[in-house]
Amino acid sequence: MSFFKRLKESIASKTEAVTSKFREGLTKTRDALVGKVGELFSRRKKIDEEFFEELEEILIGADVGVNTVMELIDELRAEVKKRKIEEPAELQPILSEKLVEMLRGSDDEVGMKENPNGITVILFVGVNGVGKTTTIGKLAWRYKQQGKNVLLAAGDTFRAGAIEQLEVWGQRVGVDVIKQESGSDPAAVMFDAVQEAKRRNVDVLICDTAGRLQNKHNLMEELAKIHRVIQREIPSAPHETLLVLDATTGQNALQQAKLFGEKSGVTGLVLTKLDGTAKGGIVIAIRNELSLPVKFVGLGEQMDDLQQFDADQFVHALFAGMAGTEEQADEPENT
Amino acid sequence: MAFEGLTTRLQNVFGKLKGRGKVSEDDVNEAMREVRLALLEADVNFKVVKDFIAKVKEQATGIEVQKSFTPAMVIIDIVNKELTELMGGTQEKLAKANKPPTVILMAGLQGAGKTTLTGKLAKLLQSQNHKPLLVAGDIYRPAAIKQLQVLGEQIGAQVFTLGDKISPVEIAKQGVQLAKDQGNDYVLIDTAGRLQIDEELMQEIKDIHAAVKPDEVLLVVDAMTGQEAVNVAKSFHEQLALTGVVLTKLDGDTRGGAALSVKAVTGCPIKFASTGEKIDQLEPFHPDRMASRILGMGDMLSLIEKAQTNMDAEKAAEMERKMRNADFTFDDFLEQMEQVRRMGPLDQLLDMLPGMNKVKNNPNFKIDEKQIARTEAIAKSMTKAEKKKPDIINYSRRKRIAAGSGTTLADVNRLLRQFEDMKKMMKQFSGMMGPKGPKGGMKALKGMFGGKGGKNMKFPF
Ligand SMILES: Nc1nc2c(ncn2[C@@H]2O[C@H](COP(=O)(O)OP(=O)(O)OP(=O)(O)O)[C@@H](O)[C@H]2O)c(=O)[nH]1
Ligand SMILES: [Mg+2]
Repeated sequence: MSFFKRLKESIASKTEAVTSKFREGLTKTRDALVGKVGELFSRRKKIDEEFFEELEEILIGADVGVNTVMELIDELRAEVKKRKIEEPAELQPILSEKLVEMLRGSDDEVGMKENPNGITVILFVGVNGVGKTTTIGKLAWRYKQQGKNVLLAAGDTFRAGAIEQLEVWGQRVGVDVIKQESGSDPAAVMFDAVQEAKRRNVDVLICDTAGRLQNKHNLMEELAKIHRVIQREIPSAPHETLLVLDATTGQNALQQAKLFGEKSGVTGLVLTKLDGTAKGGIVIAIRNELSLPVKFVGLGEQMDDLQQFDADQFVHALFAGMAGTEEQADEPENT
Repeated sequence: MAFEGLTTRLQNVFGKLKGRGKVSEDDVNEAMREVRLALLEADVNFKVVKDFIAKVKEQATGIEVQKSFTPAMVIIDIVNKELTELMGGTQEKLAKANKPPTVILMAGLQGAGKTTLTGKLAKLLQSQNHKPLLVAGDIYRPAAIKQLQVLGEQIGAQVFTLGDKISPVEIAKQGVQLAKDQGNDYVLIDTAGRLQIDEELMQEIKDIHAAVKPDEVLLVVDAMTGQEAVNVAKSFHEQLALTGVVLTKLDGDTRGGAALSVKAVTGCPIKFASTGEKIDQLEPFHPDRMASRILGMGDMLSLIEKAQTNMDAEKAAEMERKMRNADFTFDDFLEQMEQVRRMGPLDQLLDMLPGMNKVKNNPNFKIDEKQIARTEAIAKSMTKAEKKKPDIINYSRRKRIAAGSGTTLADVNRLLRQFEDMKKMMKQFSGMMGPKGPKGGMKALKGMFGGKGGKNMKFPF
């Protein structure tokens, strides 16, 4: 059986374990990561063309993005030459280091920016169906649990049922939703919401927007307008503009990050649907090319399925299912 | 013509030699490296790419190159044909039951676009004088039922729901029964998005399948899906015996390699392409266009369509006349910019033009949207008279314009100089909308957005 055949088979059985590991695993040490990736590297005894090819495919298979993968592989080749590395095992920490480094960024990027003297405004943007509204529900709950006063703005006045969807989340979480009729100007909704947030003196205002494809000029302009309206009412706002990316998205996510970044000043990413088998490796390319930090990951459809992003864990998850395939293949499924 | 992008890349591999007799194995290997990259960049699954390359390689090795062709052309031809065929040669229609109603079941991941598609398909069926019944089978996502109801209301189609407390299997069953009783000839069952590894929910949709025995099971796939498309399609196919695929969000700027992945692992025909948020934006799927899009070869057809829908025909004709007579003013320039912009971000427009890859890769060439915005700002800061007769713009006027537009004197000077140059190119540019078709258009666009300085093309912004 070829490596990838085995790989494919093992992915399905491994995912559950991987997910729960990722979930609780935020406390896991860096050694676990090193160990996991180590398995992958120890399987091959020699660093040759085939080795690099396999590594390339693993990374591309995780949607890391062709350019970034080629760059990484070139860097690894250079390291191998420079340090006269012969064993894959020696190369492995260099790779994970590089990946984690690419993803981590500086410390002050990790948390969410907050407004120290007033309302913190968080704006959500992204293409259709990525999970904006759901993430808003989850985030509202998170803030609520921290004892914060939260208000939601139903800025998706376009998609059928979008306002109702946010309202359901509002009820679930126990926070109010500021809305207008379906079809009304989203910028006007934002204006209302900011006024109301000020009046109630809430801690956090989270704004939903309609999904839009980044190549739609008019819709992107609309987003720029929403941004401006919020900023006019609270000059330091929005304090975070989060672009939501679906982990199943391929290289188009780069384009999304680029164009949403230009039009709405994105400050961070949320990677959703990581509870599937999609690896969301494209955030590495985005981080690499546009240096946007990942703030949260979505791991399911429930209120508490939102986790703060952890670069180590992510790199770990990226390789899990890939690593140790040989051993895994002999184990019975669903143990 | 349509494959000029990859052609250029391959020509770099082969050189410009024509008719070199047989294509050697080395040539083919090197060419396949380029093809592989093109496919991977488009998100075709790496395993699918591998198989595809192996197949094409076999066909290409040792093939005879005719006198008038280059090896690159021969290989492109093989790649194109093979890809188009893989994508599904002819177009496939929606299934139709011998005894109505025809039952159609939607399946797919969260956020793929199932509910919207259900509405669109109903609308399409209505336009063919059918009477579809929509069944609201997504009881999980908040307000999913409401979404379908709104869509149903928009098009005047009946939506069947039992709320969100009854099992979707029961809802589907009763929905089909209602259609039978009422004489609806189609039943479209919307379902909740689900991950292919979610056993509970996969069992649920299998139960729906068993209960209503659909004539058509459509997998709804987001065209932006990456490598994961293979796992999703394979798993849904194994568990549900899909009969067709619908690609959504194709109005985006994705290359859409997922289409090939899904087709390769399921063998199911891609029946529709969903191309917008409006209820009538559902199109038949064109394998040939998809092939060229995946290869990044520039989709002239969609560019022309885009131009047609976005450019006002009358304005275009007027503009052309002005250009030909070279009485083009800054007002016209602003107008022109607006028209072009409505088609989308410039670098994406360029992507659709064959041959632009090469231009774009030229380090001297850069489309800088900020620079363009600056240019627009300068033009907007001119008075009416100045826009009409740029000749009158003297030093003090230049200074005022620079201040007014938040740019520098040098910026203004540059633009004025370039505007003059541009007027000289007008004759060429008029070809874009003229009868000479896309060839002239390409030159014109190259002229308009081309690199700066030296023997490179001028950048008029
Ligand atoms: N499995 C899984 N599903 C998710 C996750 N986040 C969101 N979803 C689901 O994805 C679907 C789309 O989510 P929405 O929140 O409606 O997405 P949106 O971006 O607001 O969509 P539009 O408003 O239509 O643009 C819903 O079915 C969600 O339940 C996640 O982390 N995991
Ligand atoms: Mg939404």
